[in-house]
Amino acid sequence: MTDLPQRPTAHAAGVPASDVPASQVPASDVLVSARGLEVHFPVRAGGALRRATGVLRAVDGVDLDIRRGETLGLVGESGCGKSTLGNALLRLVEPTGGTVTFDGTDVTGLDRRALRALRRRAGMVFQDPFASLDPRRTVRQTVSEPLEVHGLRSGRRERAERVAELLELVGLDPAVADRYPHEFSGGQRQRVGIARALAGEPDFLVCDEAIASLDVSVQAQVLNLLRRLQRQLGLTLLFISHDLSAVRYVSDRIAVMYLGRVVEVGPASAVGSDPQMPYTQALLSAVPVPHPSLERTRQRIVLRGDVPSPAAVPSGCRFRTRCPYAFEPCPDVDPALQPVGAPGQLAACHLHGVVGRPVERAEEAVPAAE
Amino acid sequence: MTGAPLPEPAASPTATEEGVPSTARPPQPRWRQTLVLLARNPTAAVAGTVLLLIVLTAVFDEAIAPTGPNEIAVEDRLQPPSLAHPFGTDDLGRDILSRVILGAAVSLRVGFLAVTFALVVGALIGLLAGYYGRWVDDVLMRFMDILFAFPAVLLAIAVLAVRGPGAGNTALAIGIVYVPVFARVTRASVLGVREDVYVRASRSVGASDWRLLTRHVLPNAAPPIIVQTSISLAFAVLAEAALSFLGLGTQPPNPSWGLMLAEGRGFIDLAWWLAFFPGMAIFLTVLCFNLLGDGLRDVLDPRQRTLMAGSGR
Amino acid sequence: MSAPLLEVEDLRVRLRTPRGPAEVVNGLSYTVGRGETVAVVGESGSGKSVSVLALLGLLPARVATVTGSARLDGEDLLTMSPERLREVRGPGVGMVFQDPMTSLNPVLTIGRQLVEGIRAHGEVSKAAAREQAAGLLAEVGLPDPQRALDRYPHELSGGMRQRVVIAIALSNNPALLIADEATTALDVTVQAQILDLVAELQSEHGTGVIWITHDLGVVAGIADRVLVMYGGRCVEDGTVDDVLERPAHPYTRGLLGALPDLAQVGDGELATVPGVPPAPTDLPPGCVFWPRCPVRSDPRCETEQPPLAVVGTSGGTLPHRAATWCEEGSPR
Repeated sequence: MTDLPQRPTAHAAGVPASDVPASQVPASDVLVSARGLEVHFPVRAGGALRRATGVLRAVDGVDLDIRRGETLGLVGESGCGKSTLGNALLRLVEPTGGTVTFDGTDVTGLDRRALRALRRRAGMVFQDPFASLDPRRTVRQTVSEPLEVHGLRSGRRERAERVAELLELVGLDPAVADRYPHEFSGGQRQRVGIARALAGEPDFLVCDEAIASLDVSVQAQVLNLLRRLQRQLGLTLLFISHDLSAVRYVSDRIAVMYLGRVVEVGPASAVGSDPQMPYTQALLSAVPVPHPSLERTRQRIVLRGDVPSPAAVPSGCRFRTRCPYAFEPCPDVDPALQPVGAPGQLAACHLHGVVGRPVERAEEAVPAAE
Repeated sequence: MTGAPLPEPAASPTATEEGVPSTARPPQPRWRQTLVLLARNPTAAVAGTVLLLIVLTAVFDEAIAPTGPNEIAVEDRLQPPSLAHPFGTDDLGRDILSRVILGAAVSLRVGFLAVTFALVVGALIGLLAGYYGRWVDDVLMRFMDILFAFPAVLLAIAVLAVRGPGAGNTALAIGIVYVPVFARVTRASVLGVREDVYVRASRSVGASDWRLLTRHVLPNAAPPIIVQTSISLAFAVLAEAALSFLGLGTQPPNPSWGLMLAEGRGFIDLAWWLAFFPGMAIFLTVLCFNLLGDGLRDVLDPRQRTLMAGSGR
Repeated sequence: MSAPLLEVEDLRVRLRTPRGPAEVVNGLSYTVGRGETVAVVGESGSGKSVSVLALLGLLPARVATVTGSARLDGEDLLTMSPERLREVRGPGVGMVFQDPMTSLNPVLTIGRQLVEGIRAHGEVSKAAAREQAAGLLAEVGLPDPQRALDRYPHELSGGMRQRVVIAIALSNNPALLIADEATTALDVTVQAQILDLVAELQSEHGTGVIWITHDLGVVAGIADRVLVMYGGRCVEDGTVDDVLERPAHPYTRGLLGALPDLAQVGDGELATVPGVPPAPTDLPPGCVFWPRCPVRSDPRCETEQPPLAVVGTSGGTLPHRAATWCEEGSPR
């Protein structure tokens, strides 16, 4: 908790400010940008007083730039905070620290009205297509909700036209607009969810595990659709998934998260084939591929133990408790993202040179999990 | 397909993903679907029909009743049931059938008023507490706990003592007693719905709190509240009877089932029909409301609905 | 080769549903040898889970009719008395399902549940059983097994819980392990740990494994043989190399084509299988796959059900079979 006052300087000590990963991309190209973004949840004990007994660091100092028109894949294991990060960028979850900039505007301080305007320009596609549609509302009502909310098409007819247009855009027959969600298959529901997200003509779309609940053959349909829409509408996509193959397929760049922090980011080809951070290497090596001959010869890096709890983040490098290469500086210096490997590739790892903020005494008291 | 920059959606293979038969029936409004399903549940259907008859009787009371409720015919006092007086007469020679019919109007009116009051106030409190949580929840629900902790009859008596007897005040008294019940049911239901993904999805497109509450949270949280309404109506009719029995509700000479029960008590060994018929009326009404509530519970369960409606998935 | 561990022949499952009878599994035959891993692959509704529930008598008799035979060590599981089935199932067959919470009792400690399983099928003292339980937890890679014994399921992470379920499934050294989407909900790094663990135990104890999954990557890594199910039927089977490297059925090919490959950054569109799998109440006549089939070359596709026919035998004694009228592009 000592780090709260000095939040913005997540990477201080010894690193000149210009080296702070604003260098990810030139500023004008950036649509969405997070700096030192934190989402901490109080861990409360039961009982009437509900005293906070700890802090769960779901997102803990994330620096990330998303370029206009690109698809950024965000991968990580369950509990790494990738979903919370996606929600925090849209302020569907309130950040507890740091900033989020959308098209040059800091959205962390937006009032209600400005926030509503942001909602039009940034949409979200959810994981479970069976849960993300209101069972009591027709497809038309669901898809036209953003139109009503933002007063985009006044008049029943204009709105009906727009709904038909949107349904066609996602590959659904406009004739089904008056049906209820339970009459659709999972893939079709996901299309409805995408149509809703597109209704306000957003610039930015967060897809939070958008294909995870679909059958394999249907996943491909939805992946193709997302790619087509992205090109056709010039969307900027944040594609959050635990499925590395899918992320690799749709993304221009990939960011890897571990315990609330982005630990590696870079072009999809570079991160996918030449990862610089040991965690990314392990993650990639664990993905099974459907080729028996490759599978038999492949070297898996099996990590020790489990991911520590986000309520007890290890000091210094948060991956050090499971890292096969951990050495002296790892517990003492919180690594900053630094350029390594391919152009545009950044990794937070001391193997490439010890860069980052030294751990303070108070934080050393935090027990390393396991 | 491959490489085509803008494949026309209608022709793309993805567009052929079927599953929605084009010949399917037109969508039904939710309430009609509920009615159809309810009709297929024999117990609930019978209960609903009987209740409908009772309500119709109460509405057209004066047209149906053979005589006025307070027409005294001393020469006909304490007649057992006969063709002329199917339910017999009371100690003042008043026709009990007529009094039961007119009593229906009084009892049901008090019941409906009481439940409407409890529903509106309780559901609003529950909705706010469940949706906003935190201190709103704490304050409102602690208040409800306090109200709930009072013995129900004592609370009703207190209200009536302050405001004086009468149908309206009886309804208010009963209504206040039931406010915490509705608040709790609503809050629990809202807590479940509030976290549903579609509510978050609506928020993500910019829907206001008001819109979320009225368009998404309330409709989806409604089923348990509807069931509670039906069951509470049964209790309210009973409560009205109890208060009238105690002399706090409806005042003589106006008939209400509870009051008639109280009046007939003194003659139970002499003329059983005085208490029996109003008692049966209470019993039947309460039973039907309860059975209807059970039926609604089944029908409004979404899993049941999918199975029975035989659609989708 | 001795007799196989499990021999399933012409397994059929018919379910009564509110929307009429459903042929959920339609004539499934396969064998599992000792130490062998058979992967059953399919999408939702393909009948892959029901087919194993049927083997173990876990389908409610009220709605399910199961015919055919399934001999475990020569004894038919389908005609066994419920008492005998319970005797056989406990020590003979271990089961792991997708959601570990469905197999764990939330109000009992891990230790209690493990010890119970161990003692139910053998005369072991409580202390000895506890020792054995701790050993098992260590074997499945749970850190600090002694402490884990006194914990409740909700105190463990999803991966740890699944490892506990696997420990319970393995506690009696079953001859056959059935895993139904056992690693689907887990992260890839945890999945890797568990796959390694199962392979290790398998080589140690000669356990036969039926691994039900939709993840062809996992199949490639662990399976000896693969059975592809679609619409309640086996549409293709053979060695893992035959089925995944030289798929003969248009559905298998479609499924493989629909997978984004980690080895390459795709620039074109993914091949898709149009449409959705059929509902088991509403199976098309002829080949179950024809409404979605991109080939559909033969007039018999829409009318006649193709038999499972041999298309090649590159994997030694085991034939590679596919149920399709489609000849084009078949391996040889």
